[in-house]
Amino acid sequence: MITLDACQKYFHKGSVNEVFALNNINLQIKEGDFITVIGSNGAGKSTLLNCIAGCFFPDTGKITVNKKDVTRWPEYKRARYISRVFQDPLLGTCPSATIEQNLALANRRGLRRGLGRGVKAKDGELFRSRLAHLGLGLEERLLDKVGLLSGGQRQALTMLMATMIRPEVLLLDEHIAALDPKTAGKILTLTRDIVKEQGLTSMMITHNMKHAISFGNRLIMLHQGRIIYDVRGEEKNTLTVEDLVRRFYESQGEELAMDSMLLS
Amino acid sequence: MTLYAALGAIEQGLVYGIMVIGVYLTFRILDFPDLTVDGSLPLGAAISAVAITAGYNPYLSLVFAAMGGFLAGVVTAVLNTKFKILHLLASILTMIALYSINIRIMSGPNIALLSADTVFDAVIALGVPPHYSGVLVFGMLAAATVVLIVWFLGTELGQAMLATGDNPQMVTSLGVNTHAIIILGVGLSNGLVAISGALVAQNQGAADVGMGIGTIVAGLASVIIGETVFGSSSIARAFVAALLGSILYRLAIALALGLEIGGFTFNPSDLNLVTAILVISALIAPNLKNRLIQR
Ligand SMILES: Nc1ncnc2c1ncn2[C@@H]1O[C@H](COP(=O)(O)OP(=O)(O)O)[C@@H](O)[C@H]1O
Ligand SMILES: [Mg+2]
Repeated sequence: MITLDACQKYFHKGSVNEVFALNNINLQIKEGDFITVIGSNGAGKSTLLNCIAGCFFPDTGKITVNKKDVTRWPEYKRARYISRVFQDPLLGTCPSATIEQNLALANRRGLRRGLGRGVKAKDGELFRSRLAHLGLGLEERLLDKVGLLSGGQRQALTMLMATMIRPEVLLLDEHIAALDPKTAGKILTLTRDIVKEQGLTSMMITHNMKHAISFGNRLIMLHQGRIIYDVRGEEKNTLTVEDLVRRFYESQGEELAMDSMLLS
Repeated sequence: MTLYAALGAIEQGLVYGIMVIGVYLTFRILDFPDLTVDGSLPLGAAISAVAITAGYNPYLSLVFAAMGGFLAGVVTAVLNTKFKILHLLASILTMIALYSINIRIMSGPNIALLSADTVFDAVIALGVPPHYSGVLVFGMLAAATVVLIVWFLGTELGQAMLATGDNPQMVTSLGVNTHAIIILGVGLSNGLVAISGALVAQNQGAADVGMGIGTIVAGLASVIIGETVFGSSSIARAFVAALLGSILYRLAIALALGLEIGGFTFNPSDLNLVTAILVISALIAPNLKNRLIQR
């Protein structure tokens, strides 16, 4: 289980560019939760995932993984428990290394790296069978450089790499947003399959309200760095896109009302 | 060019080739332009000269030199990673500091090694003719360096180093401490550069505080020549190419120095200018080519 306890984060604190990016976030991510995350641009969705991953430390608050306090753990150390897939397919893989070398790097996520061979002969079988699952024929191309692959292929490979070693939580930040619709659909199906097969705990940021409703068992909506809506189970299953849109405008409406009050 | 001059150039290419391998590691693998080398080359020379003068085995003096160079690289990399100083500036700071340190180590601007033991004595004692001993010793050491570095980059740690230069965000999210990797890599690189400096000093019979000037430019020129002529399609190929590039570079310089155009000849002191122009043209050639194609 992963918890965020009263986490706050300012960017550029004290300057004119100050952003209150996370405003008192309290979140308990239970084992097996698949949480979809929505919110307008700049709501703080990526910042929330980055905060969990350890890209920066919150100004105040506490983060735990399986009851262990990881608030001050740097990103590389938290990687033992947390794996990520980014929006940009170029970020998840190493272009000048081969498919096999990329998988081997991922196969030691969070483990000590020493003077053993980077790519071990015995892993070939494992890599091939995992790649075969993707149905992209990559299992025949272990020695090809990843730079030769398409964005969709790279993102599929990244999904595989993120789950080679089972993470405590898988963080997906709009990981299909940069792909064409057909490829995006494939990666989404792949995501669902992998999460289901391994019973992974995961969080997925999406701009697509339908995806947000149909995927996962829980949905949170962010606005101005706060979680303004958190539903799960039955209640989530009966949500409609209209419900979400209404919620969304309600939160914006408050703001508009505030603005007009200030102006008058 | 006489055979003797060619032999001398090859010898230089091999001994500086160890430095070039170090430069390849930072410049190409880690994407970390490192000017520390202008200081760590004479640092290696100084440490080795002092150690030999104090009666240590010349081969052991290489180990001391490597440790000194490693430390210099660590300082640069720590300034960059932990204190967020731009890599170029961090390395210039270390390089400048090393100038003073090198003079302290030698208790003066230079040390002569004329009658001292050197790494060549062992092979000459085996019956190798003295004028081949340099090529032989440097060739073996340079080849061993290439083999070791290629082996290392194939290990788990080495693969993490390759990936750090390529995609730091990805390796971080795979649990690699990129700062530690950069510190190790820049340290290793400068260790090699210092070994190169130690060997140069033993070869020319003196360590001199000024002998490092232009090291980075010569290193880059060799890297670029090697890549252009021999390619870099795999790690092993890239490092062999860097070493061969170093030899080509020294041969080219020997040729240039022997050149006579009308009444004009090159001085050895023109070398840095010629090398700088060579590197500049290699760096802007791809740019120019793109622009010409776009038109
Ligand atoms: N590293 C950063 N430095 C400064 N400001 C940032 C940084 N990351 C995010 N922000 C700001 O924090 C707010 C939330 O951004 P983000 O989490 O990326 O939003 P989104 O919900 O669209 O993913 C935005 O105003 C953004 O400009
Ligand atoms: Mg975002």
